[in-house]
Amino acid sequence: MFIRKTRSVTSNGKEEGIAMPNVHRRTFLKYAGLGAAVITAGSLAGCSGEDDGGDVTPGTGVSLGSGDFAVLNYAFALEQLEAAFYTQVVATPYSGISDVERIFLTDIRNHEIAHREFFRKALGTNAIPNLTVDFSTIDFTSRDKVLAAAKTFEDLGVAAYNGAGKFITTPNYLVLAGKIVSVEARHAALIRDLISNGSFASDADSNGLDFAKTPQDVFAAAKVYIKTEIDANTLPK
Amino acid sequence: MNLQNIFSELEKQDAELSGRLDTRRDAMKQFRNIGRVLALSAIPLALGSMLKKAYGRTPQDVLGVLNYALTLEYLEAEFYATAITKTSLFPTPAALAAFTTIANHEAAHVALLKSAISGAGGTPVTKPTFDFAGGSLNLPTFTDYPTLLTVAQAFEDTGVRAYKGKATVLMENPAVLTVALQIHSVEARHAAHLRYMRRNLASAPQPALKPWITNAENNVAIIQPVYAGEDNDVQAGITITGIASQVDKAAATEAFDEFLTEDAVLAIAGNFIKK
Repeated sequence: MFIRKTRSVTSNGKEEGIAMPNVHRRTFLKYAGLGAAVITAGSLAGCSGEDDGGDVTPGTGVSLGSGDFAVLNYAFALEQLEAAFYTQVVATPYSGISDVERIFLTDIRNHEIAHREFFRKALGTNAIPNLTVDFSTIDFTSRDKVLAAAKTFEDLGVAAYNGAGKFITTPNYLVLAGKIVSVEARHAALIRDLISNGSFASDADSNGLDFAKTPQDVFAAAKVYIKTEIDANTLPK
Repeated sequence: MNLQNIFSELEKQDAELSGRLDTRRDAMKQFRNIGRVLALSAIPLALGSMLKKAYGRTPQDVLGVLNYALTLEYLEAEFYATAITKTSLFPTPAALAAFTTIANHEAAHVALLKSAISGAGGTPVTKPTFDFAGGSLNLPTFTDYPTLLTVAQAFEDTGVRAYKGKATVLMENPAVLTVALQIHSVEARHAAHLRYMRRNLASAPQPALKPWITNAENNVAIIQPVYAGEDNDVQAGITITGIASQVDKAAATEAFDEFLTEDAVLAIAGNFIKK
């Protein structure tokens, strides 16, 4: 359902504690005056059957903001993580790195920095601060360990963009996410081929589909690498 | 939530809306079936998307995109299905295995799209008759291995750009959009691998070729239209070149894949479709 259960509606019709995915709320409220009219008519209370989830409770940590800003900050957070990872990989190459691998990994670092800085500029004052990463679980001297971590990050990035596309309400942002996700998929394919040639898309499902994950699942997987506490509760579910 | 009340409210504000909604309501039933067939989460019957439909994209638009995608998947599926029968063409078992992996994905995409379109009450387009020699291009596609790889790369990079160009049409149908994105990134993985295969081709290595697209570079003239506009380095009004010291023009263009319009895609694919 497009409107989640409300906790309280004040007498003047202002919404407080109303949690609606911004996707629909924004379109809904475009009809000037109608938003307030419908809300005060008590329609929310009558909402039944298709409630899709619990209330959004602000948590602790860095807030991602709301609506499209939350989704873009989510992407910004992941790009920060990837950029920091490849920066480390290039700065302290694993033993036995080949020239070709060095070229590819440097390219990927540069792409991730481009993505990170793009989001920082696009978000402007809505951007989350720089995150503190934690790569203490990764042995940067080991080719196997570095490539395994890279595979995790790239597959996770693809899954994140694929899963978040439906939450984006601004067409231009969706196009931008599309422009980035296919590059992440190219990275994922190459990293997988470096690990085992031919495994570029070996985890596609029986319908030939790539991963798609919810922000909650992505953060759960990425948590070990991000020291900064992030409040993902404002992300659309 | 009583939708009817909301419609009444809306009609008071916008008399035009009721007429539009009447004609759209039937289509909504069909529209919801697309998601059902795709066996994903139920499509939320959201007022927001009803309104968007009333004013913009229709379920017919979504079906149109699915049929457009199906046409391209038919092309790819038949191409790979044919290629893997020419076993002696492949220099290594790994090369044949990669083509077989991709062939399976493309066949699965065809089946998925056909069932989604039928399930939504639409009619899947008929498979065109293909000519993988590219008509007057007269390519030795199934007799010359480097040509085979070149054509495969062109199809995959085109597929990526085609799906990307249609994402916004699918916005109101989250289930369909998600599936399209999941196909889109698999096509990108295919493209990356094929470019990597061409780079490492023993008989004719292409050391400049990377899994990602640098500027609008490409070393085979006949597939140049596939890369038109890939040298764009301005995204949402932000110039990416120089955005950080590590990001030169090449990196800026590699970091973002561009979409292609349907006309441009069909002009490329049209070379391989018998008129």
